[in-house]
Amino acid sequence: MSHLSPFQIFLLLSIVKIAVVLVILLTTVAYTVLLERKVLGHIQNRWGPSRVGPFGLLQPLADGIKLFLKEDLMPLAAERPLFVIAPIIALTCALISIAVVPFGAVHRIHGVDIFAITDINIGLLVILGITSIGVYGIALSGWSSNNKFALLGSLRATSQMVSYELALGLSLVGVVLRAQSLSLRTIVESQSSHGLLSWNFFGGYQFVAFFIYIMAAYAETNRAPFDLPEAESELVAGYHTEYSSMKFAMFFMAEYANMVIVSCVATLMFFGGASSPFGNLIPAFGGAVVQALLPVFWFVAKVFAFLLLYIWVRGTLPRFRYDQLMSFGWKFLLPLAMANIIITSLVLALHG
Amino acid sequence: MQLALFIIFGALAVAGALNLLLQRHPINSALSLVVVMMSLAVLYWSLGAEFLAAAQVIVYSGAIMVLFVFVIMLLNAGKEEKTSGSRAAYIAGFPGAAAIFCLLSFVFLSEQKALGVANLGGHLNSGLNNIEELSRVLFTKLLLPFEVTSILILVAILGAVVLARKEDQ
Repeated sequence: MSHLSPFQIFLLLSIVKIAVVLVILLTTVAYTVLLERKVLGHIQNRWGPSRVGPFGLLQPLADGIKLFLKEDLMPLAAERPLFVIAPIIALTCALISIAVVPFGAVHRIHGVDIFAITDINIGLLVILGITSIGVYGIALSGWSSNNKFALLGSLRATSQMVSYELALGLSLVGVVLRAQSLSLRTIVESQSSHGLLSWNFFGGYQFVAFFIYIMAAYAETNRAPFDLPEAESELVAGYHTEYSSMKFAMFFMAEYANMVIVSCVATLMFFGGASSPFGNLIPAFGGAVVQALLPVFWFVAKVFAFLLLYIWVRGTLPRFRYDQLMSFGWKFLLPLAMANIIITSLVLALHG
Repeated sequence: MQLALFIIFGALAVAGALNLLLQRHPINSALSLVVVMMSLAVLYWSLGAEFLAAAQVIVYSGAIMVLFVFVIMLLNAGKEEKTSGSRAAYIAGFPGAAAIFCLLSFVFLSEQKALGVANLGGHLNSGLNNIEELSRVLFTKLLLPFEVTSILILVAILGAVVLARKEDQ
């Protein structure tokens, strides 16, 4: 590669990284759907999808083919450009956030960090900003399909996401105070000194913040028990009632991609990201390749645990009522998050 | 590269602002305003103010404009009627706008030395983190204005709560 300039190497490696990460993310999304159907099935004492391929493993593929080949219906009264652009906004915003997530230890090849697409010093704010833009996809989809149920669903989703964004953002401030940085790499590094004990959840005493975050994040992604925007018993299917074929699939993928991103952020902020839970207790084994891939393994394992938690919660908890949802967010989570910030900053100021 | 970014997103901001005025449906206007906000955020970023850029996206495009769109959706505002506009606006508007433009460009050009010259692009090369500086200034030198502003916003929130409260007692 000596005949390439550093900029060309950077560009090529970045493109390769983006392609690989996107493919992995989309595959994860597809298989999270299968995992959800399987685990929910077992929670409800049935098998879940088991026909396509061994253990139903090819089910996502079959679903994909089905969605691609379905007829793409366009409602007559829909606002055409917005109706088309809404699922694109939703999916794009869901996929972009992965760009700032570091999913392994720092490992440079030709000066390019290969286990993160990019590391910017306001990485956390970028994720929050992109999530807040993602609201438009849902808001516009409901409005532009010119359907009462869709509009009601999107109004619910919008107000819910705007309300819970506050608690979500505030719950992360404690972690930022501890790490003194908004860069996700630095936040991970601040938790990697003593393994499990230095994670923000255990050693950093941020478990209150973690529970606020995880509840607000469930509401942000419109998942059970906060899945009122698509409450099927009241709203048909909520904001994506009028969507069919790939446009529906884009909303579906956006929802699961958001779940993956939220799990990644929870891992990074509270569970030490790609750092090992054992710290330096386990001596380094294997070659350089194993040592480089081990942090990625820890990261993936943690994210997988969070995805399982998502599914477990969906299979266990009933749905909130709408006024309960709002008062829970504004009267319980938000004050709790503020109290957590005050206590964390007091402790940091007194103990340094 | 950074200059190109600046030019592209500057043009996008201007185009979005024009589209905002020319669109006849309120929701399209609101969405063009979102485009303006986002391109402004990129401009801030390309000038090295990354925290301002993120705050712009989170606060303006992510919260305030969402509420705008929300209100337009709730009111179900239809297409605006295109009117010819008042005569006074035509007589006073264009000369007034031209006069303000001339005045501003005159001031900027005549005070060029005092104002100094800004470089477009190249601000991202240093990799300096300005969040720390920003917060230091906000919490030491500008502490009083900062806190007073937050009280001002609190007053606005309380006012909204008082106005929105049901009078059932």
